[in-house]
Amino acid sequence: MAEELRIVLRHLGKIDPMNIDDYLKAGGYQALKKARGMSPMDVIEEVKKSGLRGRGGAGFSTGQKWLFAHRMEADEKYVVCNADEGEPGTYKDRVIMENDPHSVLEGMAICAHAIGASKGYIYCRGEYPDLAKTLKNAVDQAKDKGVLGHFDIEVRLGAGAYVCGEETALIESLEGQRGEPRYRPPYPPVSGLWQKPTIVNNVETFANIAPIIEKGSAWFAGIGAAKFPGTKVLTLTGDVKNRTFIEVPTDTTIRDVIFEFGQGIAGNKKFKAVQIGGTSGGFIPETLLDTPIDFDSMRQTGATLGSGAVFVLDQDRDIVDVVTRITQFFEHESCGKCAPCREGTMRMRRIMEKINTGHGNKKDIALLERLGRVMAGACLCGLGQAAPTPVITTINNFSTDYETRLV
Amino acid sequence: MMDYKEIISPYASLEGGIIEAFHAVQAKMNYLPEEAIIATAEVFKIPVKEAYGVATFYSYFSITPRGKNIIRICESAPCHIAGAQEVVDALEKELGIKMGETTPDGKFTLEFAQCVGQCQETPVITINGKPYGGVSPESIPQILGEYK
Ligand SMILES: Cc1cc2nc3c(=O)[nH]c(=O)nc-3n(C[C@H](O)[C@H](O)[C@H](O)COP(=O)(O)O)c2cc1C
Ligand code: FES
Repeated sequence: MAEELRIVLRHLGKIDPMNIDDYLKAGGYQALKKARGMSPMDVIEEVKKSGLRGRGGAGFSTGQKWLFAHRMEADEKYVVCNADEGEPGTYKDRVIMENDPHSVLEGMAICAHAIGASKGYIYCRGEYPDLAKTLKNAVDQAKDKGVLGHFDIEVRLGAGAYVCGEETALIESLEGQRGEPRYRPPYPPVSGLWQKPTIVNNVETFANIAPIIEKGSAWFAGIGAAKFPGTKVLTLTGDVKNRTFIEVPTDTTIRDVIFEFGQGIAGNKKFKAVQIGGTSGGFIPETLLDTPIDFDSMRQTGATLGSGAVFVLDQDRDIVDVVTRITQFFEHESCGKCAPCREGTMRMRRIMEKINTGHGNKKDIALLERLGRVMAGACLCGLGQAAPTPVITTINNFSTDYETRLV
Repeated sequence: MMDYKEIISPYASLEGGIIEAFHAVQAKMNYLPEEAIIATAEVFKIPVKEAYGVATFYSYFSITPRGKNIIRICESAPCHIAGAQEVVDALEKELGIKMGETTPDGKFTLEFAQCVGQCQETPVITINGKPYGGVSPESIPQILGEYK
């Protein structure tokens, strides 16, 4: 039987998140001390060798990203924690921060040492006001204890915009602007917040850092999938019996996630589809359930690991209706900066509604496919580029659901 | 009239703190009045149109008056398949208003929201930011009772 492995959730239920003494007693901030005794390059090398890749969706090598920022000469650099968590069906960052805020602060402080930053921000989504209080409390206690040294962290609250999870939109929002993505390059490690070198990492990414420094890169690299080592925190929603969060090694299969940890489909029904990685993820049919959840294996099947949301549908669910709902989401959340996304998400929603209400025909399917290709290639940021994924993967994997709806 | 500058000024020294300032105004007023947006522009020394642009970008901020209690219903896919529409119907019936509207007594406003990150128990609504999970049409009167 597959088993959970708790690295980022190592302190879950074992410490009081409001009391730094608990974290310190559990060995907290020892990794930071160790890192500060190492040269910045050695810290980066260690993170690189661990194979840790971003847990916010893009899967970029964390050590490599840090190296880019480290190499930059600047009077100020910034460390930003992406706690915007807007991907529908995802609440893993909330669970991590609610239960162990200091593990995130410690990861940020280690990053600050590695790249040479003295200021950090946590951008916490506006829907989590209580969590912002927990984080502020943690920062205050860490400052009082002096564990952060000269590294300062500020907690900022977002205001309800999915696109602000995109790192350059997040930076714009931190600067007090409309949260519209920037043109890239330059990427944030070169020019980010206030044009200074900036590292933006996901909450879960930061929570992995202290254990890596403490136990060493070899330990981490040996867990889970070789090219995407470690664990992933997943949140199970939809028609599974056990709707919960889990942390599992990255070589765990989708089947185990749903049928072992999720205890199978609720109400004695059969499995139909699973969408992984949040609302921009692909829909996966039964035949692909033995795929491991790691970034590369998922990508090979046309799906994504993304945020780690696992949204399960049973045999009776109406896929066309669910996907129509998803296209409404993207139309609503498109920031409007670039035309392919602004217009494309609107057209996609209209065509899906036409099909969903029984007015679509074969030409509409072809139109969706073409529109999807254009958006994937022409949109400015990942929002518009990934928006067609649920549409296209369901057309490919669940074609009969569409065909029975066409006139 | 409210002295908006008094609310906003503490954030003036925060770089990029305009969003924090708007949060503070909205915590008091439940929306961002035009005078507050103009005052914010003055405090942060930016054109009014820019302050307005920020205020209207984020779904959390409203530039029209809203009720004392703001009820948001998550309409993202996991809540959708768990019966969010039935919850919407029950709320509309109970309050006698449609989504996006405010009750005549100014007590409640109904708004749609995207995933609020409480997906362990769907469908989810929030009232003034407080989440209620696993909501059913039957449970609506009791939940609203807490705010009447
Ligand atoms: C539309 C959109 C939304 C995103 N939302 C999030 C988010 O909520 N949290 C997050 O960590 N990354 C999000 N990302 C990814 C970030 O742009 C960025 O890749 C990530 O924060 C980098 O951190 P990592 O390397 O630790 O994963 C989003 C990207 C896009 C295009
Ligand atoms: S999907 Fe409704 S709260 Fe997350």
